[in-house]
Amino acid sequence: MTTVTDTHEDHHDHGPAKGLMRWVTTTNHKDIGTLYLIFSLIMFMVGGAMAMIIRLELFQPGLQFVDPGFFNQMTTVHALVMIFGAVMPAFVGLANWMLPIMVGGPDMALPRMNNWSFWILPFAFAMLLGTFFMDGGAPAGGWTMYPPLVLQGGNGFPFMIFAIHMMGISSVMGAINVIVTILNMRAPGMTLMKMPLFVWTWFITAYLLIAVMPVLAGAVTMLLTDRFFDTTFFNAAGGGDPVLFQHIFWFFGHPEVYILILPAFGIVSQIIPTFARKPLFGYSSMVYATSSIAFLSFIVWAHHMFTVGMPLQGELFFMYATMLIAVPTGVKVFNWISTMWKGSMTFETPMLFSIGFVIMFTIGGFSGLMLAIAPADFQYHDTYFVVAHFHYVLVTGAIYAIMASVYYWIPKWTGHMYNEKMGQWHFWISTVSVNVLFFPQHFLGLAGMPRRIPDYSVQFAEFNMWSSIGSFVFGLSQVFFCYIVYKTIKGGEKATDQVWEGAEGLEWTLPSPPPYHSFTQAPEIK
Amino acid sequence: MNKLKQLFASGVALIFMSSAAQAEYGLNMPVGVTETSRQVYDLHMLILWVCVAIGVVVFGAMIYSMIYHRKSRGAVASHFHESMTAELVWTVVPFIILIVMAIPATKVLIDMHDTSEADMTVKVTGYQWKWRYEYIGEDVSFFSSLDAASNAARQVGSDIDPATVENYLLDVDHPLVLPVGKKVRILLTAADVIHAWWVPDFGWKRDAIPGFVNEAWVKVDEPGVYRGQCAELCGRDHGFMPIVVVVKSVADYEAWLAAQKGAAVAAKLAAIEDLDPRELKQKGKKVYRANCVACHMKKGEGILGVFPAITGSAVATGDINNHINMVMNGKAGTAMAGFKAQLSDVELAAVVTYQRNSLGNKVGDAVQPAAIAALR
Repeated sequence: MTTVTDTHEDHHDHGPAKGLMRWVTTTNHKDIGTLYLIFSLIMFMVGGAMAMIIRLELFQPGLQFVDPGFFNQMTTVHALVMIFGAVMPAFVGLANWMLPIMVGGPDMALPRMNNWSFWILPFAFAMLLGTFFMDGGAPAGGWTMYPPLVLQGGNGFPFMIFAIHMMGISSVMGAINVIVTILNMRAPGMTLMKMPLFVWTWFITAYLLIAVMPVLAGAVTMLLTDRFFDTTFFNAAGGGDPVLFQHIFWFFGHPEVYILILPAFGIVSQIIPTFARKPLFGYSSMVYATSSIAFLSFIVWAHHMFTVGMPLQGELFFMYATMLIAVPTGVKVFNWISTMWKGSMTFETPMLFSIGFVIMFTIGGFSGLMLAIAPADFQYHDTYFVVAHFHYVLVTGAIYAIMASVYYWIPKWTGHMYNEKMGQWHFWISTVSVNVLFFPQHFLGLAGMPRRIPDYSVQFAEFNMWSSIGSFVFGLSQVFFCYIVYKTIKGGEKATDQVWEGAEGLEWTLPSPPPYHSFTQAPEIK
Repeated sequence: MNKLKQLFASGVALIFMSSAAQAEYGLNMPVGVTETSRQVYDLHMLILWVCVAIGVVVFGAMIYSMIYHRKSRGAVASHFHESMTAELVWTVVPFIILIVMAIPATKVLIDMHDTSEADMTVKVTGYQWKWRYEYIGEDVSFFSSLDAASNAARQVGSDIDPATVENYLLDVDHPLVLPVGKKVRILLTAADVIHAWWVPDFGWKRDAIPGFVNEAWVKVDEPGVYRGQCAELCGRDHGFMPIVVVVKSVADYEAWLAAQKGAAVAAKLAAIEDLDPRELKQKGKKVYRANCVACHMKKGEGILGVFPAITGSAVATGDINNHINMVMNGKAGTAMAGFKAQLSDVELAAVVTYQRNSLGNKVGDAVQPAAIAALR
């Protein structure tokens, strides 16, 4: 192997191009991964800034800062930016960086498409955010875009639709690339059931993406024609049905929430064994559980719409199917805990974020189970209880896993260790504040506060204030995170190849940072 | 800057005097005042405690492991990584727990769907941003919107402290009145976009969807005032369309219903008188502030790109018949609703006259209630 690599390095034409054009024209999986991750971080801050405006207005009762219409624009675009701009690109970035390395390949299978799928995104989001400067402002009908409300939007409406089309195209291309890479670029001996769990979860996620992004594209296109070409898909006066949109949307939307969480499961399944110094418990049951969750995600969509007035039989079916998801999800949590059990644990920042993930994602899972119970959901639906639920699974779930992965792999990416003390501070400040931010929202929702309102009755004042204070601290601690990342890129203690004492897997056999082309010679799989 | 100071001061005050300032704030779902709401509450508590119990076991095991299986205590890693038995146990046991939860949930759900044998029916229609209640078969119907005190306080920069407004954002001008102990079937629909009708004390919410009619029912056990809000995002003023239900004894309810019928007849007779244009304009200002201001804004400037301005608009300064038609029937495919059903003849005449002669417009003509009545 070494001799081959040596001769290869005689040609010096395989390094990165110089200057800015390197990033525009790159087809290298690591460069594109970096672009995705930086883009995602920027969008995370943009979406976070909108969340700060929301929490500022909700700090106390009465309208102090923004107009209700602008408030609705904030909630709508915050969600779109966080889902499509922050979490999804972060996962694609991680996939780009890690998948080829983890399966022992040199690069992604389709490098030019890889470049294209990234470079669509900045334009898509420029268009989406550009709607703020159009007549009528940004879309304000909620990220779920329910008609007829969304059709009342201003000039920004078609731009939002086209932005979503572009994001969808980008996601589908990314997903195709992931599948083709995993199926074709594995080193000899890397059988499917030997792949690291992060690869597995992304493999399944990619199928979900290909299955549902076109559904979303279809739904929003129908909105577009309803608005501009006099179709009446969603208008009862023309024989259509507004609820039809909700069915189509959530047929996309529910698998989408697993798109946002399955890679997180994979990340945590990489990190916990490393810091417990013990192999992952129940590897094959983890794979089957992930597949079951993916399958079930296609048959539970209407639990987002229990209040639309479905027939009893429909409500019962969707309630039972939704409750079933608790089983494979529970299996995953139990397996993680069994991995920790009788290990030899240390608690570096990636492990802290992973444990934070397991605990707080489970809390979000509990409230999810409560929401699955249809008669109780008639009370919970569209209240802050739901807001608390999905922020527990998305912020302390998906985003915590992404943070964990950044701390876990950044020494590999940059060749520098991050500052452990700062990382731990970041974890603890975030964890305390995120609970101050979201836990009281359970109470608000149960006590009767609807979601998506810019102002509220005075009985909700106290918990809203707590929540806002928590949000400001959480927001600031993410600025601190940006600083930690910046500092690590710039310098720091030199990282070893293995980085973590208990780390196993192909990525740790390469130098830190790895060579421009990851495995030019297939590694040997034990 | 002033606002920030004010905000900070009130923040500090709230934190230090929280118990005094907020005598009552809920932590949990209300038990409510109907059989359904109590069943839902019991179900909620059952699942909550099941989750707490599972949480204690799961988190307990994690915490134990984190304390005793740490490297710094000299723990040496075991190497077990598979157990078919364990996997089976934690697949089957949760499944059984789920079945135990599903049985009562199914029962409650079936009860909630049974709208048969209702004593009376009320049709609820959601409008942007008010509710309309129609007592089916009684010829009584009215609109219910945010009360004036809350409406004044909730404007951006109103400088009215919400804490001084009684039932801030949870009060309306005309509450829905229901008799105690009667099974009331509630039909829900909407005129423009989707809304959702929700009174937490009744134990459910249901969407009001334009073009479709949803069904639900409620049987309230105790007289009282029950408050709720629209729960489905319905545009700018989604946060400002509360629901108030006053539940009265059957005798009081009957008396109230009779009074409503009398008032409706009186209003019909009164509408025919002609009014002085100046008086029309004054009345029109009030109607405008209550019904039009959310979109067309205080000075009639509208919001560029979504809601057209009244000031200098072709409709408000052009042919008066077009203007009346627009206000009465709305414009299909836009957010402009028809106000024919929502406003009386006097109110319609007043608001049209106001829009033509105020908000920067000076057309100089007026329309009388009798002319509106003739158009109905």
